[in-house]
Amino acid sequence: MSSVDSEPLIRIRDLSKAYRRGGQSIPVLLDIQLDVMRGDFVALMGPSGSGKSTLLNLIAGIDQPSSGRIEIGGIDIATLSESQLADWRARNVGFIFQFYNLMPVLTAFENIELPLLLTGLTARERRAHVQAALDMVSLQDRSDHYPNELSGGQQQRVAIARALVSDPELIVADEPTGDLDRVTGGEVLTLLDDLNRNLGKTIVMVTHDPKAAARAHRMVHLEKGVLVPDEPSAADASEHGPRPPEA
Amino acid sequence: MFLLRLLLKNAFRHKLRTALTLVGLVVAIGAFGLLRTLIGAWYAGVEASSSTRLVTRSAVSLTFAMPISYAQRIKAVEGVSTVSWANWFGGIYQSERNFFPQFAIEPASYLKLYPEYLLSDEEKLAFLKDRQGAIVGQKLATQYGWKIGDQIPLRGTIYPGTWTFTLRGIWHGAEARTDEGQMLVQYAYINEWLRKKAPGRADLSGAFILGIDNPQDAALISQRVDAEFKNSLSETLTETEAAFALSFVSMSEAILVAIQAVSFIIIVIIMAVMANTMTMTARERLSEYATLKALGFSPAFVVKLLFGESLLIALIGGLLGMALTLTATAGIGKALGSFLPAFAVTPTTMAMQLAAALLVGAVAAAWPAWKMSRIDIVQGLRHVA
Repeated sequence: MSSVDSEPLIRIRDLSKAYRRGGQSIPVLLDIQLDVMRGDFVALMGPSGSGKSTLLNLIAGIDQPSSGRIEIGGIDIATLSESQLADWRARNVGFIFQFYNLMPVLTAFENIELPLLLTGLTARERRAHVQAALDMVSLQDRSDHYPNELSGGQQQRVAIARALVSDPELIVADEPTGDLDRVTGGEVLTLLDDLNRNLGKTIVMVTHDPKAAARAHRMVHLEKGVLVPDEPSAADASEHGPRPPEA
Repeated sequence: MFLLRLLLKNAFRHKLRTALTLVGLVVAIGAFGLLRTLIGAWYAGVEASSSTRLVTRSAVSLTFAMPISYAQRIKAVEGVSTVSWANWFGGIYQSERNFFPQFAIEPASYLKLYPEYLLSDEEKLAFLKDRQGAIVGQKLATQYGWKIGDQIPLRGTIYPGTWTFTLRGIWHGAEARTDEGQMLVQYAYINEWLRKKAPGRADLSGAFILGIDNPQDAALISQRVDAEFKNSLSETLTETEAAFALSFVSMSEAILVAIQAVSFIIIVIIMAVMANTMTMTARERLSEYATLKALGFSPAFVVKLLFGESLLIALIGGLLGMALTLTATAGIGKALGSFLPAFAVTPTTMAMQLAAALLVGAVAAAWPAWKMSRIDIVQGLRHVA
């Protein structure tokens, strides 16, 4: 069961984002209002260029909005400096990328250990955390393998272990199954589902795939940078019952 | 520890590229060291000179000799404690290829002026007693396999005929830079022959060596000596031993300046090559640096990664280059023989090599490190290497 608290973890208000290209301002997100509850599993959907990845990047704190507020755990991350934002990401966000983004020269173990280097943990403590994360993604026997010695699914599981090893409250996933076949993608989604249900992680996932989105509790659609009315996913509808649409 | 492991792994990720960069570095740092050693060897005579020695020669030219009677008058000059003289002998040992300097000297005063030529009392005495005796530096003796008692025949070029000397002593240099590539014979022996065969050339000397007590008075004493012979048939020019040695070096100064310039140009070239390597490396890893920054690593960490990798490669290349210089110098030094007796790598040269290597590493990483530290994470994550 997911543990959805009453307080939203993510509160987005009046959020807009525009890029400048050749002196022109190109709007990507327009006046976004969005709440994501603690322990929720949200799928961001929409056609290419709809702004879903931009919204995910803003939530993850790797991009800055043109205007508006992004409160995460009560902190408006739009007001943080670059170094404050880096510290905040290290403590609060786990990243899962479409192409895994593992360091090719590091073993699975070392890749998972990376975020822990930013903590004050000792080498022994780090080892224990990494082992636990490897257990969670069932890759204990692959800890000494380099990314190029792992299949796509295994690499994504390493990336998931890296995302959760520092125990962040929020996990952002950008097309986590986009580079995987259907079966492997399904396994990765099951893993994300486990993280959400068993560990209470709040997950925001960008996906094109309706089947992947169906594993989330909630789908958020974007069209040309504008949020379209919310709808519960199939998983949410079956387990939690229909959710009232948000204002 | 983790950082060092990551640096090592990154440095050797593209083995061929790193190997080629290392080859370039080794050759450049090695060549830089060799050229610096060559320049150092050229200036060795200047560096080995003593501040308590002056040299008096003809004001016209070094090729003009002065009467030996000048010695007594020079000795009488205030501030001069010892006077000796030396004549270039210019003999050939077996063939012209076996070049080494030979001087006909007044032994007692000369050896007193050159305490850095370490000779045992027995050998010194044997040399002083034997007018046909000779002493050589250890390096020269080793080069030709000479030992005490050997007869060394020299074909005279300035003094015609075959001159045979008996080796009475082998000196060791008190310091590494002390010349061990010379041969010293007795002036009296040569002069005796001149008195018989060419009286007009007898009792003359090409240069006087003066011992002074206070190096600070060198200029004043030089003036006093030269004033003593002002308006004489053979006016003198007195200068410090260092200035005297430098006058020889200055004859080839243009070449030395060119060598010096080349040694620095080599470093600039390898700097450009290495900078190109590091720029390519950084560009390829753009998405990795963006990922690290997304995970919460600071821009400073990315800077450390690039500087660390560049400095690591430069250090390895530098150390191998230094080893190459040491090996090559030993071989070349042997081949040069007495032509450049002090052809050896000095600690200063090695320090310069190390500094040059690290400078190459630092400069090569500067631009890509600055650039990568400022990458936009979103743009970087989109990058496909």
